[in-house]
Amino acid sequence: MDLLNNLALGFGVAFTLQNLLYAFGGAVLGTLIGVLPGLGPVATIAMLLPSIYALDATPALIMLAGIYYGAQYGGSTTAILINVPGESSSVVTALDGYKMARKGRAGAALAAAGLGSFFAGCVGTVIIAAFAPPLTELAFKFGPAEYFSLMVLGLIGAVVLASGSLIKAISMIILGLLLGQINTDVISGVPRYSFDIPELTDGIGFVAIAMGVFGFGEIIANLGQPAEHREVFTKDVKGLWPTKQDFKFAWPAVLRGTALGSLLGVLPGGGALLASFAAYTVEKKSPMKPGEVPFGQGNIRGVAGPESANNAGAQTSFIPMLTLGIPPNAVMALMVGAMTIKGIQPGPQVMTSNPQLFWGLIASMWVGNAMLVILNLPLIGIWIKLLTVPYRFLFPAILCFCCIGLYTLNNNNFDVFTGVLFGLIGYIFYKLSCEAAPLLLGFILGPMMEENLRRALLLSRGDWSTFVTRPLSAGLLLAALAMIVVVSLPAIKNKREEAFQDAD
Amino acid sequence: MKIKSQRDFWSGLMFIVVGIGFAWGATNYSFGNSARPGPGYFPFGLGIILAILGAVVLFKALTVEVEGGDKVGAFAWRPLLIILASIALFGVLLPWLGMAIALPILVFTSSAAGDEFHWRDALINSAILTVGSWAIFIKGLSLTIPLWPTFMQTAAQ
Repeated sequence: MDLLNNLALGFGVAFTLQNLLYAFGGAVLGTLIGVLPGLGPVATIAMLLPSIYALDATPALIMLAGIYYGAQYGGSTTAILINVPGESSSVVTALDGYKMARKGRAGAALAAAGLGSFFAGCVGTVIIAAFAPPLTELAFKFGPAEYFSLMVLGLIGAVVLASGSLIKAISMIILGLLLGQINTDVISGVPRYSFDIPELTDGIGFVAIAMGVFGFGEIIANLGQPAEHREVFTKDVKGLWPTKQDFKFAWPAVLRGTALGSLLGVLPGGGALLASFAAYTVEKKSPMKPGEVPFGQGNIRGVAGPESANNAGAQTSFIPMLTLGIPPNAVMALMVGAMTIKGIQPGPQVMTSNPQLFWGLIASMWVGNAMLVILNLPLIGIWIKLLTVPYRFLFPAILCFCCIGLYTLNNNNFDVFTGVLFGLIGYIFYKLSCEAAPLLLGFILGPMMEENLRRALLLSRGDWSTFVTRPLSAGLLLAALAMIVVVSLPAIKNKREEAFQDAD
Repeated sequence: MKIKSQRDFWSGLMFIVVGIGFAWGATNYSFGNSARPGPGYFPFGLGIILAILGAVVLFKALTVEVEGGDKVGAFAWRPLLIILASIALFGVLLPWLGMAIALPILVFTSSAAGDEFHWRDALINSAILTVGSWAIFIKGLSLTIPLWPTFMQTAAQ
């Protein structure tokens, strides 16, 4: 029973007092920041990166995972209580959740979201533990050509599911790849695009890009819009525990959501996003029981299903990152960046070279999920208070965190200035409706992609056909091509645009 | 020729300029050949692809009709300049004056970027955030950040 042994090893690591504390701290911090309106998980994690600088690799990743779950939970809370989803995957939660809150059933909605996510998290953890080792085996069979094609597939997959214009999204990926070229070439040792600035020979810090674009750029964009008045249902959160009938309605939705989410989460790109949309559609299509509230008016299944799917997807999206070292979305790109800061090269070798870290992280996912239930349900009052803090107090606080994070990255103000530059760039992207998440993904994958491309070409003696004559590589490229073709088909294109319009 | 989508027009132009810029920069590095790709190989190819994609975006912006012209809209100059300037100022001041002085300045100046600005609130916020950051980052996470101005440190020693 390898699975049990591995999980035992993992829980041994996760259940040390120190790591439990870090998982707890991460979950608290993540919820604290994630609950703030308009801050999605990417911004939250970017902001909280400084908290892991001083830690060892294992506790650092455990804490980051805690932050990620916390941010996700926090986002759902905001979606339910004030109808402002922090990220695209909680958009559908807001549909029925907010309606429930308006009817004074915010407590039941929050509990359904929390318990559903916890269940999904448990299942997701087991799935990762079961599927990671065989996938890692497979990854060891990959040569540079396969890796390159896999990254192409991953990047294309990420934008096919993202919103907006496909061609602009692909351009943003390439822009990210190009920004990743500002470094010292690994093979020849030549500094590229450094303009004789010594700091640039190590490349632009991904923290500076993430904080600049997702932190500063967002703040400027928010401040540029007229202040809106939000209704917060603070006083109405009573009767936290759902009724017996709620349970009866919700649990099949949780099961369906978890299954959908676990499956779709592994896909590159917005796995969690697609999962929550799909789960909502499934719930809407499945037959109503007598006594149920119609969808769109506060049906508990409309909260439980997507939230479970969302969390299961968030969990299983760790699989490609942990086994192949390829981040399927912007959040995982940040994780990869954090691992690199800690001196760990993500990829299939992590499982064998750092089993403590690998299995410890997986076990902490479960621990983190359990803590969130404990944290969120009784302490919901505190989070609700946070929602009422005006933005004029919040944004300087976000700036403080980001600035200190940028400075302490290398104890150097160069990164602060890079952050300023990317704040400006981020605002321009916002103005031109160019999505920044693909850029970050491209930036993280850039150096890896180049190295594999060049090694593949070296091995094939300059023959580009190596990418299509090796069956595995050809299959991956074909899949990427198929995705573009399918999304460009007029019928599907219209559906896709419709779906994203609904989301807005 | 009329621009049908402002946002796409400028995005396309941006991609073209950046793509050509990178490709042109790549010519400074050895290109190698496909059997032995040099440091300029990958960025050159990417730059060209980006420029081509940019041209497609630009072409579409000039031909495909979009409702309302997809205007870029006015820049929010006030928050843009104030926020970026206060961060840059923080970057300049921190090594000299330390967090105890640079951070309140950051909070105070950036507060002016919002629609509502109250002296009292900004001052209170500065105080809370500075003490909070000291507690979290210096005490809690033991990160190395200069706390006091350099002249005071030498005087103390």
